[in-house]
Order: sequence, then structure tokens, then C-alpha cells
Amino acid sequence: MDVVTLSRLQFGLTTAFHILFPTLTIGLAIYLMVVEYLWLKTGDEMYYRMYRFWVRIFAINFAVGVVSGITLEFEFGTNFARFSQSVANVFAPLMAYEGMTAFFLEAGFLGIMLFGWNRVSRGVHFLSTCLVAIGASMSAFWIMAANAWMQTPAGYELVDGRFMVVSFWDAIFNPAFPTHLAHMLVASYETSAFAVAGISAWFLLKKQNAPFFRRSMAVALIMAAACAPLQVLVGDLRGKNVAEYQPAKLAAIEAHWETNTAGGADFVAFAIPDMKNERNLMAVTVPNMLSYLITHTKDGQIQGLKEFPKDERPNSLVIFWTFRIMAGIGFLFVGIMLWALVLWRQGRLYDTPLFLKALIAIQPLGFIATIMGWITSEMGRQPWTVYGLLRTADSASPIAAGNVVWSLFFFILFFGIVGYSFFYYIFKTLRRGPDLESPMPRVQRLSGMEPEQNDTESMEVK
Amino acid sequence: MELVHIWIGLVGLVIILYVVLDGFTLGIGMLFPIAADERERDVMMNAIAPVWDANQTWIVFGGGALFATFPLIYTVLFSALYVPLLTFIFGLIFRGVAFEFRATSGRKTQWNSSFFWGSMVATFAQGVTLGAYIGGIEVKDGLFAGGAFDWFTPFSITVGFALISGYILLGATYLIIKTEGAVQARAYAQARWAAWVVAGFMAIVSLWTPDVDPAIPARWFSEPRIYFIWIFPLMGLTAFIALHVAISRKREVWPFVFTLLLFLSAYVGLQAALYPYAVLPDITIYEAAAQPKTMIFTLWGVGLILPFVLGYTIYSYSVFRGKVDAGEGYH
Repeated sequence: MDVVTLSRLQFGLTTAFHILFPTLTIGLAIYLMVVEYLWLKTGDEMYYRMYRFWVRIFAINFAVGVVSGITLEFEFGTNFARFSQSVANVFAPLMAYEGMTAFFLEAGFLGIMLFGWNRVSRGVHFLSTCLVAIGASMSAFWIMAANAWMQTPAGYELVDGRFMVVSFWDAIFNPAFPTHLAHMLVASYETSAFAVAGISAWFLLKKQNAPFFRRSMAVALIMAAACAPLQVLVGDLRGKNVAEYQPAKLAAIEAHWETNTAGGADFVAFAIPDMKNERNLMAVTVPNMLSYLITHTKDGQIQGLKEFPKDERPNSLVIFWTFRIMAGIGFLFVGIMLWALVLWRQGRLYDTPLFLKALIAIQPLGFIATIMGWITSEMGRQPWTVYGLLRTADSASPIAAGNVVWSLFFFILFFGIVGYSFFYYIFKTLRRGPDLESPMPRVQRLSGMEPEQNDTESMEVK
Repeated sequence: MELVHIWIGLVGLVIILYVVLDGFTLGIGMLFPIAADERERDVMMNAIAPVWDANQTWIVFGGGALFATFPLIYTVLFSALYVPLLTFIFGLIFRGVAFEFRATSGRKTQWNSSFFWGSMVATFAQGVTLGAYIGGIEVKDGLFAGGAFDWFTPFSITVGFALISGYILLGATYLIIKTEGAVQARAYAQARWAAWVVAGFMAIVSLWTPDVDPAIPARWFSEPRIYFIWIFPLMGLTAFIALHVAISRKREVWPFVFTLLLFLSAYVGLQAALYPYAVLPDITIYEAAAQPKTMIFTLWGVGLILPFVLGYTIYSYSVFRGKVDAGEGYH
């Protein structure tokens, strides 16, 4: 394999591994923010205990997100030097801004969030949680801006093969950016909500700490109920944006070969796209449906993949399926929330075993949908790194392939070890369950609360 | 012109901030196995647990800022130093996860060694990177044009070991501030040893550097640098002596301060040898700089946001000021 293929493989693998963690960080930070707000507002100790339990999951997850994320910042230079050199003027400041506005904020206040219980007031602690949550979402802002720019470049002029900035505003708020960002943020919130709901359901099914996990699940399900339908809406907008600005990507996602000239375009529900012979095998289609979905008319014209030169087509076989898995999960989540609504009306939300089992089963699906979405987005951008302007083949570093073989091997090995350990310690933390007894630090206690005896934890350190 | 100078100064500042802040964090990691028992290791880890991530973030920002303002340095350096830089990342991975995994784990041994080896490998790789950078990089048409192992020289390996001793000194002197009792007593002794090793390496590297790149002494002794270049070795020597006095008199904060001064003297001395070159032997900072518009846009961010970052970083250190102990419950 050549440097380009190996570098793509490595970047894809490291990004896919990495993105799982910020997805949960972004969503869980919001969840913790809500929980701490409720704790401050109601003074109900249960919320304090919930925070202390879920923040442990947050901390482990955050650490793996940080160490896997640094990798990506380096790989632009180590593996894609030609790309980096060509786009640096427009693209790189977004990375610098991500560092300034997001990473420092997260890292600066994470310490207080995790270790500051005895040292800062309730208000400052809550503020720290909010700032970490804002930092996490800000990070998504810049990364999605940078990635969206690669999808729909704007605000630049090309001078001797280099992208020069004309307007940073246009570069950041490029056509794909609003829907791209919204899609990722909602995905993070939704995935995290279902993750918390699934874990809570597991404890409820085992009848452990039921009041604690009923409350945890309630907050999570409210979050999920808001996100699930919203994501379908955002996804629809995203799809229309792709149709407008990246028609080859849309055609490949939909395995749509011929531009419809008379009548509507059919929606391919199932098929095995055959790139070589430009056709679909075993296709199951719904007449005119694609036109409806994209243009909301019966016979709107959708460009077919055959209109694009062969060397400018993304791989339909892959992204046709990754897209369908992602969208299917999105609709499944909506269905689950409708079911939850019915059960809630009947007052049986927390004690319907089948529903709890379903929540446990779908718990990982949000993460899978996120990965599938990213594969669709990134492989759909091929064969370009900057859509229509800079080919992936011309983007890699001028290095020997052996370098990448070496690092790819160690990434697989080390991320394997780290990923395995992550699950091991997450499960260990979960099995230990919530701590409902430890005395509350003095500064956290409300004025009306009884002072605890043997109050060791809140003893001030010299 | 002005912009290029402001930015090379800023990038230089960010790098030295990273070196100092993550330097003491990595240094404590390398001293980890020498602790007497798990309780002492808990103390050492608690001394840095609330701040390590913020310290490490300076290299992430440094990378981003370099990419944005001197893209040629970023792309050339990162392709040329592929192996040492990714080795550095591998080290950081195992150092970083050790904090949470060790705290959750019942058997600490494996994460103790993950913490130690991660810190050690990351530091060594960083030093090798620095050494290879000083050694110069083959560039053609703005792209790296050398071989995969060009970085592997006796000089770069030596700088790798030199940095290990430097970070151990930073770590030990930081531990003196944050701890008491047996851990502190040991840190005093470690600092004294490390200071001698650091001084030795500084002498070796300083004498060797002109041999690696003969243009460097020429720059050192050219006007106007000839008038102030002698300040840096003098500053280093003063810091070294003051460091020993401070250790002998058991001053808690001063050994760390003098170590910072020692680092600063070496760092500024090195920068004076490089300027105005961005990638040795012959690419200048003006050739390596980004479009002015990009530099201005990024400078706005630095001007408006970085003061806040520095502000809350100081706040965070003040929240966690004072001595740590093992019992200060991990979250």
C-alpha cells in the first residue's frame, strides 16, 4: 500500500476511535450541567449523588478523549503535509481557535469539576461544570467548521495551488457548516442521553438503587425526547445541503445512477451498488420517493452518479450502507421515544421490563450511528480532501510508507489496549454503583442541613 | 515584518510555557518508580492531577498556532520528524490515561509503569525532536525531502537524554513545593543530583552545537548579538549556583524558580542561535510565515482570549495551592 492509502487508513482509524469519546463528553457535560443545576435549585441530595456518580464516567471518558485527540492535531502535519501546506492559511487558524476557546476552557475547569469539591463554593463549582460543557461544545464548533470547509470550501482564493483567505467569516460559516454542526451536536446529546438511559435501565432491571436510577433515567429520557425528533429534522436539512453542494456524494449515498429526466427519482431502499458496472444489484426501490425526500416535489430532478467522471465518484457501496445504518438508528430512536411516551402516560415507564431491555440493547447504537455518519461524510467527500479542488492523492506527506506502517501498527495495538482498559474501568465503576453515603463536603452543604459527624472528607487541607 | 516578529515571539512563548508546565508534570512521572510506596505515589499524582491536562493543552495549542502562523515549519518538521513525534504521542497516551485508570484500578502496578514509561518516552522523544531540529532538515520546494531516519543522530539522542534530566529537575523542584515529609526530603536530594546532570548536559550540548551547525556560533558572535549573548550562559551559571544554595537552605519555592531560570537561559540562548531561521539550515521565518490576514485573524484570538486563559489558569493553580496529601479523596 502507498502512503496515501495508509495515511487515510490511519487517520480514519484514529478519528473513528477518537470521536466516540468527545461524543459522550459533549453530551454528558450537558447532562451534568442540568443535574447540578437541579441540585442547586431544589437542594435535593439525590441530584448531588447523581452528579458524583456520572462524573466518574465522564472523567474516564474525558481522559481517553484527550489523549486520542492530540493524535489528530499532529497527523495533519505528519501524514497530510501537502494538504496542510495548501490549506493552512484558511484551515489552520480554526485549529488554533479550537485550542484557545475550547481545550483550555475544558482542561482549565475540569480540575475544579473533579477535584474542587472541598475547595470552591457551590456556585463556582456549577460555573466550572458549565464552562467545561461550553468548552466541549465550542470544540465541536471549530472542528465542524474546519471539516465543513473541506466539504464546501468558501471564503478563499486559489493562488498557485494554495488557498488564500479572502474572508474568515465566509470560510467558517461555509454552506455546509450550520447543518453539519447541528447534526453533530444533536448526535452527541442524543447518544449520551441514550447511553445514560441504557445504563440506568440496566440497574432498574436488576432492581439496584431504583430511586437513584429512576431519576437518572428521567433526566436522560427528557433529553432524548427533545433530541430524537430534532435529529431527524436536522438530518433532513443536512441531506438537502449535501444535494445542493455535493451532488456526487448524494448520488452515491442514494445509489442513484441516472439523472431522472421524465418523472421523479426512485428511492433505493435496499441494494448492493456495483461501482464497476455502474448499477445496483438486488435493488428494492420506492417510486418517486427520492425526489420527494430531497426536493419535496413529485418529480424534482436529482443528478445521477453517472454524470460525474469515474475518478470523481465516492464509493457508493460503502456510503449507501453506512448512511442507511445511521438513518435507521435515528428513526429507531424516535420510535423508542414514542414508546416511552405511551408508557409514561400509562405510568409504567420505569417498570416495563421489555422497555428497559430495549433501552439496554440500543445503548451502543448512538455511537455506531455517529461513526457511520462520519464514514458517510468523509468517504462521501472522496476523492477530494477539499471538495472539488484538492485531491486526496495529492494531500499526503512526502514520507516513506514504512513510517506509516510502523505507526499504524502501534496505533492499533495501543488504542486496543486503551479501549479495552476503558471498558474495563467503566464497567468496574458501574458495578461499584453510586455512592449514597459519603459525607458531603462542608462547602457543598446547604445552610439548613445537619452537620455530619466524622466529617473527614471536608477537612481542609493545610 | 512586524507580524512575523510578534508571532515568532508568541510561538516561542507558548512552547516555553509548554516545556515548563508539562515539563514538571512529565518529570514527576519519571520520578514515580522511586517513591517508597503507593501512598507516596498517590501524593505525587495528587500534586498534578488537577492541572496536568491544562499543562498538556499548551502543546496542542502550540501545534495549532504553529500550523496557522508558520505552516512551513509545521508541515516540514512534522513530516521529517514523523517517528519521534508520534513516539511522543504514544508516550502522552499512556501518561494521560494513567491518571484515571490508576485511580479506578485496584492493582496499581500496571498504571504506575504506564505513567512512568509514558512520561519517559514522551520526554525522550521530545528531546530527540529538538536535537533533530537543531541538526537541520532537508527541504525541497517547501516540502521535506530527506529520509525516514535523518533524525536519528548521536546529537539528537543526547538531547533526548538531556531533556529527561531537565524535566526530572523540574519535577523534583515542583514536588518540593507541593509535598512535605519523606517525599519532600527525597525530592530535595533528587533535585540536587538532577541539577548536576542537567549542568553537564548543558555544557555538552552547548559545546557540541557549533559542530552540528557551524553557522550557529557565527550568528552568536555577530552584531548585535555579540553584545548580549554572554548574558545567557551567565544567567544559567547564576541560576545553577542559586539553585544549589536554595536546595541546601531548604527553601521550598526557590529551587523551582531557579530551575525555571536555568531553562529560560538555555531556551533564549538557543533562540538567539536560530533567529532568523525557521528551519535550519536555510529557511527563514519570513519564508515560513502564513498570509498576513491569517496572522492578524489568529492574533485577535490571542489578544482577546489568551489573557482569560492565563487568568483562569492562575486561578486554578490558586484553588489547588498548598501541600497535597494522599488522603485528599480522588473524585
